[in-house]
Amino acid sequence: MAKDVLIEIGLEELPARFVNNAEKQLIDKTEEWFNQSRIAYESILSFSTPRRLAVLVREAAEKQTSLEEEIKGPALKIAQDEEGNWTKAAIGFTKGQGKTVDDIYIKDVKGISYIFVTKQIIGEPTRALLPELSQIITSIQFSKSMRWGEQTLRYARPIRWMAALFGDEIIPFEIAGVSSSNRTFGHRFLGEAVTLEVPADYEAALEKQSVIADPEKRKQMIVDGMEAAASNHDFYIPEDSELLQEVTNLVEYPSVFIGSFNPSYLNLPPDVLITSMKEHQRYFPVKSMDGKLLPYFAGVRNGDDYALQTVVKGNEKVLRARLSDAQFFYEEDQKQSIDFYLEKLQRIVFQEKLGTIADKVRRITAIAKALSDMLELDGETLSNTIRAAEICKFDLPTNMVNEFTKLQGIIGETYALNAGENKASARAVAEHYLPVQADGELPQTVEGAIVSVADKLDTIAGCISAGLIPTGSQDPYGLRRQATGVLRILNAYEWDISVESLLDLAEQQYDQFSETEKVQARTETAQFFRHRVTYLLKETSIEQDVIEAVLYNKIGVIPYTAQKAELLSYERNNPDFKPVQEALVRVLNLAAKTEEMTISESVFKTESEQKLYDTYLSVEKAYTKINQQQEARNALDELGRLAQPIHDFFDYNMVMTDDEAVRRNRLALLHNIASLIYDYADLSAIEWKQHF
Amino acid sequence: MTIQEMILALQKHWSDQNCILMQAYDVEKGAGTMSPMTLLRSLGPEPWNVAYVEPSRRPADGRYGQNPNRLYQHHQFQVIMKPSPDNIQDLYLDSLKVLGINPLEHDIRFVEDNWENPTLGAAGLGWEVWLDGMEITQFTYFQQIGGLEANPVSVELTYGIERLASYIQDKENVFDLEWTNGVTVNDIFFQPEYEHSKYTFEESDTDMLFQLFTMYENEARQTMEKGLVFPAYDYVLKCSHTFNLLDAKGVISVTERTGYISRIRNLARSISKTYVAERERLGFPMLKKEEAE
Repeated sequence: MAKDVLIEIGLEELPARFVNNAEKQLIDKTEEWFNQSRIAYESILSFSTPRRLAVLVREAAEKQTSLEEEIKGPALKIAQDEEGNWTKAAIGFTKGQGKTVDDIYIKDVKGISYIFVTKQIIGEPTRALLPELSQIITSIQFSKSMRWGEQTLRYARPIRWMAALFGDEIIPFEIAGVSSSNRTFGHRFLGEAVTLEVPADYEAALEKQSVIADPEKRKQMIVDGMEAAASNHDFYIPEDSELLQEVTNLVEYPSVFIGSFNPSYLNLPPDVLITSMKEHQRYFPVKSMDGKLLPYFAGVRNGDDYALQTVVKGNEKVLRARLSDAQFFYEEDQKQSIDFYLEKLQRIVFQEKLGTIADKVRRITAIAKALSDMLELDGETLSNTIRAAEICKFDLPTNMVNEFTKLQGIIGETYALNAGENKASARAVAEHYLPVQADGELPQTVEGAIVSVADKLDTIAGCISAGLIPTGSQDPYGLRRQATGVLRILNAYEWDISVESLLDLAEQQYDQFSETEKVQARTETAQFFRHRVTYLLKETSIEQDVIEAVLYNKIGVIPYTAQKAELLSYERNNPDFKPVQEALVRVLNLAAKTEEMTISESVFKTESEQKLYDTYLSVEKAYTKINQQQEARNALDELGRLAQPIHDFFDYNMVMTDDEAVRRNRLALLHNIASLIYDYADLSAIEWKQHF
Repeated sequence: MTIQEMILALQKHWSDQNCILMQAYDVEKGAGTMSPMTLLRSLGPEPWNVAYVEPSRRPADGRYGQNPNRLYQHHQFQVIMKPSPDNIQDLYLDSLKVLGINPLEHDIRFVEDNWENPTLGAAGLGWEVWLDGMEITQFTYFQQIGGLEANPVSVELTYGIERLASYIQDKENVFDLEWTNGVTVNDIFFQPEYEHSKYTFEESDTDMLFQLFTMYENEARQTMEKGLVFPAYDYVLKCSHTFNLLDAKGVISVTERTGYISRIRNLARSISKTYVAERERLGFPMLKKEEAE
């Protein structure tokens, strides 16, 4: 008869961020163990709270599934003598398998006959195997683990009890001085210890002890509680799945409560209020139906609604202290001017070899200015961009940023507006930190985009010049993320600026390095960016060979390079493109044999030669123009016009002829054409995959 | 409950758990952890259970007695138990009950907080304990001290006394807290708060402090080289406090800051090593005593 299995690990409060992942590991590993152990079962359920991880296996078989195994013995030649009697070898084999010669049967393997016996592997009783489950408990991985007392085991938090049942029997094992039992513990304050009769009682028994073991049920209780509160108060609580998940894993029995704060604090920047509530206290901010922050918050208590008003009062007091601190900082900060803070930047070191933040701001401003010129900005956009660059870091020495570090830039925007700066510059102060994560939101304004690119380029060029090149998982200055940010902005804004010219611009700003150091750093920076471009193109499913082809000459203008890569990824599978590709690649291969570039028309001997040259001249002119417009399709079509004349050229001319002048001239022609092709991409690097 | 009654209740509670009741250590320090009764004694294999009140100086938090929540000097109630007992969370929660906090009427949570003090090469895992959303205790299992693996592991409980009192007495301003009947924090601490803030931010002699730092550092090193761990450690504490005074005045740049911190850390690390070596040379006396019992 099948029985249920329960394993529960009782812990001191797990970090909320570990709970779901640990539960998943527990159920996956349990499933794997039952399958590998050949123990049939009906289903597996898992549970988790901050104090427990549990798995319930329904209807586990009492025995392993038995197995028939075919065992190969010696070849028949050896197993039987001439008279057909079983030899010692055969007898020995059967004995060794616990069988007799009567069990022997014969089968051919690759044309040779062997003797076989079938061995029954009788399934062991499940109860004898179940103690192995203790290894699953100790094999759960956590991103941070610890030791306690005199134990050597490392675990997320100390293990304090373990319930382990097979039907009504305890599965015996011991981990870190704790023995398994049939006891579990209820809510820390509302429940008590209970003895479980059978595994199936688990969830209901805990619920009686004020523990909701199923995280989805807890989450639903929170959502329902917040909905009820919202409709009572006629406001709404914006969804926040991350916070909801965290709070679900901070409680065993949730009760939602609503607290309030003095409306006078609503004059603080909304992000300050939200950070104070959400990040510091795990409260959900509350908004009016038209989207304005209201002086309320929703919190979740780990317990029932007994004396809930005391809990509300306590939480309100804590928030009040935080907001009054923030209010104090806000008022103190307003007493000083932007210039006062800019002055202070001269005393904050950015990086030892790269000077202060004030030095960095000077460089950012110079880069932003040059970038604006390249983009031909004028009027207010230009002056707003320059102003944004000058003040982009001014909020760093303020009390508010000191207290709410994550709000750098956002505080800057608020303060800049208060100080009467124009809206666009203020917005750019906040936006220049974007994207915060590699795949995060990009700046929405051109001013923000320019300052963002300038700031990131300066950090990358500076750090690499100072020898701080990221290696492996070590990237303390976040250079990879910042390079990705630059490339994404260049792509989104479709600026006609090559990555190379940006790197030159950033490198030029560093007076403290010698020319040799700068040249060296410039090479490393380009290499660093090539890796980032490769990474980004791969993410859009472009393959390595195509990436190498388009990056052959330079990284170039990002959207154009990306377009080329996409187009060539298509053409490599397109049969119609084959004649073009063959012609062009043939030119690349032969041109590699020469350095000669000078063509003299008078040396041409054949019509096809002259024809190719004439076509080249017209293609080159058209290509250069199209190239400026960055139309990958048209540029490739233009190169394609060379295909027929190239084929004709090779059909009617011998390139490596004995006449040296003719040979050199023909090679020079090919070399000129090759340069044009390379400007587009190294087509010879691509593995062509046309199927016919 | 007055602060004085709170301290008495906590002392009684932890004394009943066989903790040695110590008095505050007489050298300035930023946190109860820095007392040699915690930092050094939590090293090595010898059992150690102790509880004490520690006045903790944070010059940068000085606010001339004007801020309702921040103090130049606040008080911590510190408990160390080595090895950490299996029922330590229950012992802790019982200690809240003796302070009149009924868990059924409140929301008490253990929220992940991993503590690290790079200056002392110390790190641990544990929680902030929240009482109705307010952090009242830092609860830490030491994993590393002075750069050495903690083995066995000590548990450290640090109660913020003023914080807890502001809740228990329901006061918004720390200076309104009642220390004992009829005597407030304001009565005892307003003047020193004001004067220490004024001294730290305006009047302190920066050159002298820089000189003191170097002198204390040299003395710590020389003393340690003679195997005199406790006097050497006192000078490390003096270095640390002098650094905090300079840092609060804003005369140490970001880059220099890292340099000073690593100088203190190096001293703390070698003192930790020397301490364990000295205890070993003495045959870990407290270990033997425990076995004999």
